[in-house]
Amino acid sequence: MLIPVLVGVAFVIFVLLYLTPGDPARIILGTQSTPETVKALRAEMGLDDPFIVQFGRYLFNVFFRGDLGRTYVTKTLVTDEIMSAFPQTLKLAFWSVLLLSAVGIPVGIVSAIKQYSLLDNAVMLLAMIATAMPVFWLGLLLILLFSVHLGWFPSSGFDTPMSMVLPCVAVATPSMAVVVRMTRSSMLEVIRQDYIRTARAKGQKESVIILRHALINALIPIITIIGLQFGVALGGAVLTESVFSIHGLGRLMVDGIKMRDYPLVQGGVLYTAFAFSVVNLFVDILYAYVDPRIKAQYQRAGGTKRTAPSR
Amino acid sequence: MSLFSTPGPAGVGEDCADDSRLRDFAAVFFRNRMAKAGIFILAVLIVSAVFAPLIAPYEYDEQDLLATLEWPSREHIFGTDEFGRDIFSRVVYASRISVMVGIVSVTIGIFFGGLLGAAAGFYGGAADDVVMRCIDVLLAIPAILFAIAIAASLGPGLFNMVLAVGISSIPYYARILRGSVLSIREQEFIEASRAVGSSNIRILFRHVIPNCLAPIIVQGTLGVADGILYAAALSFIGLGIQPPTPEWGGMLSGGRSFIRDYSYMTLFPGLAIVITILALNFVGDALRDALDPKLRDR
Repeated sequence: MLIPVLVGVAFVIFVLLYLTPGDPARIILGTQSTPETVKALRAEMGLDDPFIVQFGRYLFNVFFRGDLGRTYVTKTLVTDEIMSAFPQTLKLAFWSVLLLSAVGIPVGIVSAIKQYSLLDNAVMLLAMIATAMPVFWLGLLLILLFSVHLGWFPSSGFDTPMSMVLPCVAVATPSMAVVVRMTRSSMLEVIRQDYIRTARAKGQKESVIILRHALINALIPIITIIGLQFGVALGGAVLTESVFSIHGLGRLMVDGIKMRDYPLVQGGVLYTAFAFSVVNLFVDILYAYVDPRIKAQYQRAGGTKRTAPSR
Repeated sequence: MSLFSTPGPAGVGEDCADDSRLRDFAAVFFRNRMAKAGIFILAVLIVSAVFAPLIAPYEYDEQDLLATLEWPSREHIFGTDEFGRDIFSRVVYASRISVMVGIVSVTIGIFFGGLLGAAAGFYGGAADDVVMRCIDVLLAIPAILFAIAIAASLGPGLFNMVLAVGISSIPYYARILRGSVLSIREQEFIEASRAVGSSNIRILFRHVIPNCLAPIIVQGTLGVADGILYAAALSFIGLGIQPPTPEWGGMLSGGRSFIRDYSYMTLFPGLAIVITILALNFVGDALRDALDPKLRDR
């Protein structure tokens, strides 16, 4: 399932590039170009070939040579540019997802156990506000409070642990709210089940009931939502990087947008989509570890046909 | 008023049943204090969007070079920016863009996504497979990045931004509607309708889709919030509304370089976004509770 999706994503990105107004050859050559040189470059880049031929070549270059063409402005390879910036973005997204899981799941559990308590209401209200905040604005506010006024954290960079705190908090917070809400509602549903009452009736310790009986069974939707939040975190990272002057994909893409260097922008989107697809694959595999029923389903299918787990 | 009615041949008594259902819905909806607050905020937002020229004390592009970068005062309650433009007036004018982007992008998403999803769920088989595989591909691109890719392709500007936000939301609506259609397709009243000889098109538009309206309304309300957030993000990175037209995200982007000394420039447009999104989320959640009794008391 992964390969067709990747080819599909490449197709979407290629179509978007193809539809972008403006002749790439003319943009590369600049304003002083003569019609002859433009024509020559068009031929060299294969821009006069039929759509399907161009797409075939694009696919081949992307998947077998890892080549996304050259940028319009600096004429460097798009892949090189992206490869120098992408690790920063991945790192930011990864730590943000770790942070939001580490905080979001426990908070959601406590909120579910103490449903309608003052704590629960406060958490729900905070979660509401968190989902309403644009990540880049949250990033600006964090800089204002923690680096301009309090001076606790640096306002830029992403190399030292201290400088990683603010960007990660900014990217993680809106998704954290989503995870808290999902954990809470999933736990609430499980806690009402009969087997939880049975566990209580046999005198099982409350902590074991919550963690071993309830949480494990509530985990599938939580994993699903965390997997989806990785995509949100990648997008958030792209938006937030420029706020914190991190030299990641977001910076690269924003610069690309300013210079009308669209292959750079589309290449960045392609890479994040690939990363997100791989994460989705891991999430699917993770289901099998968490839920024996899904594992059994995979085995019955003989590993040939993917039976979609209920989401 | 047919929104919440079970489908059936129009006849006597239907209006009466609809009335009580609507009253039920309204009772549950307005019992929710958050919903009331949300509706109030949205009303204020829409009024300020419609009557922006009457509410804003200054024009949005009126520069006063003698009063640049002034902190909030009685003349300029939100302060002025680096060109001496009144930030309050700009925030008010910007609500026009946000209201429009939110509504139009959701309309695009629901129309195309809804049609695709409904067709896939209703006809099933090969049609379903093809549509759903395409949707899988689109869902593999993180939504905001998909919007960025489309907007980069179309170029900056209001219309293109709305289009980009709308198109990027299509797969989500398609998936939701397909799910609802699948569950409704198997119900008995559909079988009954088929038995009396209704055509597929009639069943789909008269019986199936009206019953999917509840999730669409809820998702649409929350979708307006997403649309506004995405539009702000696109403007923030330079793909959306171009200056001098005020847009909340664009204003944040403009105030960014002044954050150390003139933080009010980033504060007020951001607050406008947060309050609007909060209101939409309150209303969306309350709608869900009111329309779907199964989810109450969660």
